Amino acid sequence: MLIRISDDGLARALGADELAQAFAKQGHEVQRTSSWGMHWLEPMVEIDGAGFGPATSDDVDAILDGSSDKAIGEIAAHPFIAGQQRLTFARAGKTRPTSLEDYEATGGWAGLKRARQVGGAQIVDEVTASGLRGRGGAGFPAGIKWKTVAGTAGAQKYIVCNADEGDSGTFADRMVMEGDPYALIEGMAIAGEAVGADQGYIYVRSEYPDAIRKLNTALALCAAIIAPFRCEVRVGAGAYVCGEETSLLNSLEGKRGEVRAKPPLPAIEGLFGRPTVVNNVLTLAAVPHILAEGGSGTYDALGMGRSKGTMPIQLAGNIKHGGLYEVAFGVTLRELVYDIGGGTESGRPVKAVQVGGPLGAYIHPDQFDIKFDYEEYTAADALIGHGGITVFDDTADMGGMARFAMEFCAAESCGKCTPCRIGATRGVEIIDRIRAGGRKADAVESQPVMHNASKSGRLPEQEIVLLTDLCETMKFGSLCALGGFTPYPVMSALKNWPEDFMPGQEGAVQKVLDRNDT
Amino acid sequence: MSTKEQRIGEIVAAHAGREGPMLPILHDVQAEFGCVDAESEAMVAHAVNLSRADVRGVVSFYHDFHETADHRPEVQICRAEACKARGVEALMAAAEKAAGDRVKLTTVYCLGLCSAGPSARVGDRLHARLDAKGIAKVIENA
Repeated sequence: MLIRISDDGLARALGADELAQAFAKQGHEVQRTSSWGMHWLEPMVEIDGAGFGPATSDDVDAILDGSSDKAIGEIAAHPFIAGQQRLTFARAGKTRPTSLEDYEATGGWAGLKRARQVGGAQIVDEVTASGLRGRGGAGFPAGIKWKTVAGTAGAQKYIVCNADEGDSGTFADRMVMEGDPYALIEGMAIAGEAVGADQGYIYVRSEYPDAIRKLNTALALCAAIIAPFRCEVRVGAGAYVCGEETSLLNSLEGKRGEVRAKPPLPAIEGLFGRPTVVNNVLTLAAVPHILAEGGSGTYDALGMGRSKGTMPIQLAGNIKHGGLYEVAFGVTLRELVYDIGGGTESGRPVKAVQVGGPLGAYIHPDQFDIKFDYEEYTAADALIGHGGITVFDDTADMGGMARFAMEFCAAESCGKCTPCRIGATRGVEIIDRIRAGGRKADAVESQPVMHNASKSGRLPEQEIVLLTDLCETMKFGSLCALGGFTPYPVMSALKNWPEDFMPGQEGAVQKVLDRNDT
Repeated sequence: MSTKEQRIGEIVAAHAGREGPMLPILHDVQAEFGCVDAESEAMVAHAVNLSRADVRGVVSFYHDFHETADHRPEVQICRAEACKARGVEALMAAAEKAAGDRVKLTTVYCLGLCSAGPSARVGDRLHARLDAKGIAKVIENA
């Protein structure tokens, strides 16, 4: 019997290898495929299209004789899968990740072949017409970026794939690299064709050992297919900020991962000062579909407003049905959290949802009608970022999470700009003081010589004014999104859950915030 | 020429011809010696024709490079938002107790297993859906 079990990192972390061995030991052929993305069912066993999960070695006999209570029926018909519109993840669960045979049999390389026939200018036109926007977080139109690089003179140009997926609550890049590496490589080769670049780099974070291994295997196997385009994997070294494109370029060059001031844009002066396309994994992996016959129109027809196509949304944290859900833009948070995600795994009420990773706002259940769309989130002082959704139940301490946001920023700041480097540390201190009920008069400040210092200590309300001020400075004064967006989780937590900062005095927080708004 | 200098020379030579080879070189040095200490920095700097300050700047920037070697087994535990939402903080006391002085516990921000946390990494092996018992077992086996 043919048994299919995922070799995705998450399935392996939950014992998929041992499970596969148990089936092999009984004489069955085991195929290791990519993951369907139903993570609560991993490790999942697939036999003739039917699924069983989460399975352990103890379930092997029952699965084989048909008596297993872990059967979920036909996988493709499962509501979690049937409700999706998978373009980037069309192969998820269906192919062996590094098998060239499987990739070709499922339409692989068709986009690259067509791209080579139509030429650079038309590739750029089609990507622009598809409405594809950068999936890393900024949402910049991919076609325009490519056009800039194509139009800039340079003997050597580069395609750089940003695979430094450091945001907590996101794992779609990892799943592409581990489950469908050729799609990413094909997307990069198409980008190379479009702008006239023959060298690509995939910058992968060191926390993803499986992705690094599979990309290296895939690149070795497909070198002749993508030639003359060449591509190489580069491994990061544990710096979150290297997910910022200019920091990533410095890191690739072998320097400290400090953010660069823009301009010059990387499209004009990027890696080693040469014209460079820097795109996220999901952006590049969406390209082969767009370049296939008629793909651009299909993509443009999906979505809402200026957010076109599909977004691979990642359901994470305390959620019952966590995993990867690719769907056209426009889906509401309520649908994602309750209808698709099934609410919290703990069974307790949802308290907050963080959308967009550590720099994304904490959204209150009252705001769950917000639609997944770049502009709609920006208008609500939030961001969709890389499409990660982290659910928290009512045991979460939002004051603690706000403090963590500042703490994380302080730990990961590259140190180049002051608002981020110093502001983050001061932010931690201020939040601590708010939660401790303000601060007493300071011995040094009480000295007669300190004319301008307060002699009376500070009330927590005054600390909130200070925090709001600090957040404004960080938001508008930081060089990149790390310092610039850290205020989102902090201020959204303060606004929505003042009781977690000043228990019993929520009204006081609200009064300060209202005063600041006017 | 010391053995260490020779080995570092070989590592640098293996990356010759690559563009921006510093991170790959430092990864190899870290893997070989368990750290990139001052001596290694100087040797790498000499081999790639940079100042030691240049190399020092890079080494000190990244969390993956250490100044001193710690030969204890290492267990990385994710304590980022998604794992916090799934209760990793409540496991830390048990983890620290299981680790004692024998195992080095480090915090990592995200292993990409955010729908199935709390998660941990030992070498290239990942573990997910850990409870207090599970995490203690991972640490004991490290």
